Amino acid sequence: MALTPDDIASIAHLARVGIKPEALAPLAADLSNVLDLVEQLQAIDTTGVEPMAHPASASLWLREDDVTEVNQRDTLQEPAPQTQDGYFLVPRVIE
Amino acid sequence: MHDKTLAQQSQMLKSSQTSSVELVNHYLERIERLNPDINAYVSVNADEARVAAADADKTRAAGNAGALTGIPIAHKDIFCTKGITTTCGSRILQNFKAPYDATVVTRLADAGVVSLGKANMDEFAMGSSNENSYYGPVSNPWQRDRVPGGSSGGSAALVAARLAAAATGTDTGGSIRQPAAFCGITGIKPTYGRVSRYGMIAFASSLDQGGPMAQTAEDCALLLQAMSGHDVRDSTSSTLDVPDFSASLDRDLKGLRVGVPTEYFADGLDDGVAVAVQAALAELEKAGAILKEISLPNQQHCIPAYYVIAPAEASSNLSRFDGVRFGYRCENPQDLEDLYTRTRGEGFGDEVKRRILIGAYALSAGYYDAYYKKAQQVRQLVSNDFTEAFKEVDVIAGPTTPTVAFKSGEKTDPISMYLNDLFTVSANLSGLPGLSAPCGFSDGLPVGLQLVAPVFEEARLLNIAHRYQQITDWHAQSPAGTD
Amino acid sequence: MAWETVIGLEIHAQLKTRSKIFSAASTAFGAEPNTQASAVDLGLPGVLPVVNKDVVRMAVKFAIATGAAIGKRSVFARKNYFYPDLPKGYQISQMDYPIVGVGSITVTLPDGTDKTVGLTRAHLEEDAGKSVHDMFEGATGIDLNRAGTPLLEIVSEPDMRSATEAVAYARHVHSLVRYIDICDGNMQEGSFRCDANVSIREMGSTELGTRTEIKNVNSFRFLERAIDFEVERQIDILEDGGRIVQETRLYDADKDETRSMRSKEEANDYRYFPDPDLPPLVIDDAFIEAVAKTMPELPAKRRSRFIDELGLTPIDAQALCADKQTANYFEAVLAGQSFAPKLASNWVLGEVFGRMNKEDVALADLPVDAAELGTLIQRVDDGTLSGKLGKQVFDALWSGEHDVDAIIDARGLKQISDTGAIEAMVDEVIAANSSQLAEYRAGKEKLLSFFVGAVMKASKGKANPAQLNQMLKEKLKG
Repeated sequence: MALTPDDIASIAHLARVGIKPEALAPLAADLSNVLDLVEQLQAIDTTGVEPMAHPASASLWLREDDVTEVNQRDTLQEPAPQTQDGYFLVPRVIE
Repeated sequence: MHDKTLAQQSQMLKSSQTSSVELVNHYLERIERLNPDINAYVSVNADEARVAAADADKTRAAGNAGALTGIPIAHKDIFCTKGITTTCGSRILQNFKAPYDATVVTRLADAGVVSLGKANMDEFAMGSSNENSYYGPVSNPWQRDRVPGGSSGGSAALVAARLAAAATGTDTGGSIRQPAAFCGITGIKPTYGRVSRYGMIAFASSLDQGGPMAQTAEDCALLLQAMSGHDVRDSTSSTLDVPDFSASLDRDLKGLRVGVPTEYFADGLDDGVAVAVQAALAELEKAGAILKEISLPNQQHCIPAYYVIAPAEASSNLSRFDGVRFGYRCENPQDLEDLYTRTRGEGFGDEVKRRILIGAYALSAGYYDAYYKKAQQVRQLVSNDFTEAFKEVDVIAGPTTPTVAFKSGEKTDPISMYLNDLFTVSANLSGLPGLSAPCGFSDGLPVGLQLVAPVFEEARLLNIAHRYQQITDWHAQSPAGTD
Repeated sequence: MAWETVIGLEIHAQLKTRSKIFSAASTAFGAEPNTQASAVDLGLPGVLPVVNKDVVRMAVKFAIATGAAIGKRSVFARKNYFYPDLPKGYQISQMDYPIVGVGSITVTLPDGTDKTVGLTRAHLEEDAGKSVHDMFEGATGIDLNRAGTPLLEIVSEPDMRSATEAVAYARHVHSLVRYIDICDGNMQEGSFRCDANVSIREMGSTELGTRTEIKNVNSFRFLERAIDFEVERQIDILEDGGRIVQETRLYDADKDETRSMRSKEEANDYRYFPDPDLPPLVIDDAFIEAVAKTMPELPAKRRSRFIDELGLTPIDAQALCADKQTANYFEAVLAGQSFAPKLASNWVLGEVFGRMNKEDVALADLPVDAAELGTLIQRVDDGTLSGKLGKQVFDALWSGEHDVDAIIDARGLKQISDTGAIEAMVDEVIAANSSQLAEYRAGKEKLLSFFVGAVMKASKGKANPAQLNQMLKEKLKG
């Protein structure tokens, strides 16, 4: 499966990853190689095989409905690039 | 002192032959001298370590010491540490100080372990050579022009260079076992769910598992004991009781059925590696084990399945690195779109970007069934192979990697790099515990023996590796130039 | 051309838990920004979701209440998209395997007929945070207190054919979720939100037209108006030869119109996949049975019981069962009393409701205790009080007085049923009105009410009307 630089640009947009224009072609080549590797899967007969999303040992643990978190806003916002009056700030979003 | 194993250091502390402060200062001196060359640590917290060591000595004086009290180790920089920078090998977390400790960090600290610093790693644990770190590559202490393996390359290298008694690592496709093999140390990836993932920055959540890396299986047993157990903050952490790993280390191997998959000794396996692993299998046989040839027919499909599933999960896991609530934000974002694309474009390295794109593509409309769903079905087939195999054998043994450590810069295309995980990813896909122990050398570089057991049978792996280390001394060898 | 309207609703009911769906932070409304956003809600690196057991219980409750299939193995999935109020870059929801499967809900329409609406599914998901656009210069502020609040998204089949039906269905679901105590139903605070999928097609056609999704509707009145507006808009477009664009539209209550929010074409590659942090949620029979034991009597069943066992009319029963508190109040009025339930129904729906509406008082703040109302009705029924004086007692109770019998005694409101006393008053009145008596006896029988009024006045309203009537008629005959 060959991906074009345009394909890369649109996937990169979907994933919000900035890619420099000159990097699109080499990336397209790299990812096409990976897809060729992955294409081997198509030859395997998986008729009737249940997809496995988690290891067999995994089970879901549920917690009781208790509020144990306290307000830690100052601590939790310490690593934030920009905050004001308790809000996280981002460039103005036009709706 | 640094050539002593963690267990031996524990005995020395117990018998007052040394103190934690002394041990810590000894390692800090070595780190200052040797680390610039190896680059195994991305950060060293000397002051905090000295304080913790003094505390540990006080605890011991008060008669409250456990086996790990005062033992100096390093944490892979993927584990969040409160107030101490956690970079995950990435620019995007260059100055990130987590407001919490990972559960692994908390549990080891509670057991009295002293953290010397954070170990270098491939960015977001994506890599098999530690060449993908924003903070520079790590050298293999055995031959400096070789890679230490990855992604826990810093952890492996610092244990091999005796810059800490042990280190924590994480393993998504082999990231504990492969660098352990490349650096001549012992590392175990526990069963999925055995060790909490809370505070361990996620790469591929259904595959990631933290574990210890040290000189010996005995050391790993002590550390794993402290790291294991249910955590209310991780819904995938197992509620099963944790057995006493040290108690079963000496169990006799007589009658142990060891499965040797034919697929592991096929084309692509380096001769020197094959020789060392065969010799190790012969040792196990001498110790009473019964070798049995088995087949894992879907083994060859592991890599393609893994390189769909892991990037798919990663592409989603890494969406939170968006420059809004923490971490790197690009200069002067013009609008929201610009904020996202430049922050992520500038913050992530090339391999991380590659995997995000592969993952996003595999999950995108129209390709989900062909890639992601198919890969999950193949994952089931791989898992079924193990279920079948474990009806006949107690453990599966083979090489950890197809080759010994390769040269830095040698593998330039992603595919050849990915093939390094050939023997290790199946344990992650199936959630099984796997261990790598040193079993010889090829061209002066360490070779790893991999053991894989049924779920929650870490004790069996540690037992076999420990018995093997009682009759061999590969694990006790240390690289030249690290005195 | 005749058009048929086709409506399906997606209702987001905020589940009434103390803590969030995946974190132990509080869900309380109205806190200072980001003071109820934990590390998990912020999606900081390395933190993990842990499912709240009560969220599961509540979803199962809903399934039991609607008779819908329970997804015994449901799967949380990630819906991936970038937006600043979505901290992780994905919303944890459910896709292929929801916790509640196919079911149906029968709704009573305003005209008294029943309408069955198919339930496609109901699934669990987390709410997003809030963006504030008008507080900061050139910047948008993000408050993540609401992020991680548990939602049950209830998806209907496109079975409704008018705004009226859609509103009746929405009201029914609103009543039901409060009945089973899984949602507080507060629409102003966004605890109960309706999105309507609206399309039109030529009458008689079986194919679905292109639909639009209307969001931001925070009352039933607006839901009705938004749908009506949207249907008119679509008809205008089609009749002008245009085409409907599949899109999300916001309802603007001030302008009473819907307007395009964003075209969905670009945004809809959500890359759903099973959340690897959350293995499948497996619900066993023991769990379901335990939840079933906590179920209250459901409104439909209660309504039938009111009709069949208490002899109420369907309309009264419906009105009393519209919400649990009213039905509970009604039953508390009946408790331990012997009068016909119909009497209590008249009092509750007439006097009590009338007063509540007039004075804008909620049931929870009602000054009249159910047991006291029961005593009052009992006193009317046994003849101690006339109906008219009963209302005086009700007024007294409403203004904060207590003890019905004490009120009757203190005010001397007890009805006079003593034959001798009534006879004395009748005689006195007849004697004082001889000309009216003559007219009556001459055939002007209408004058009976004159005599009744006069005796009633003499008794200060306390004479037993039935006795009074009977006695007057006899005496007037002469």
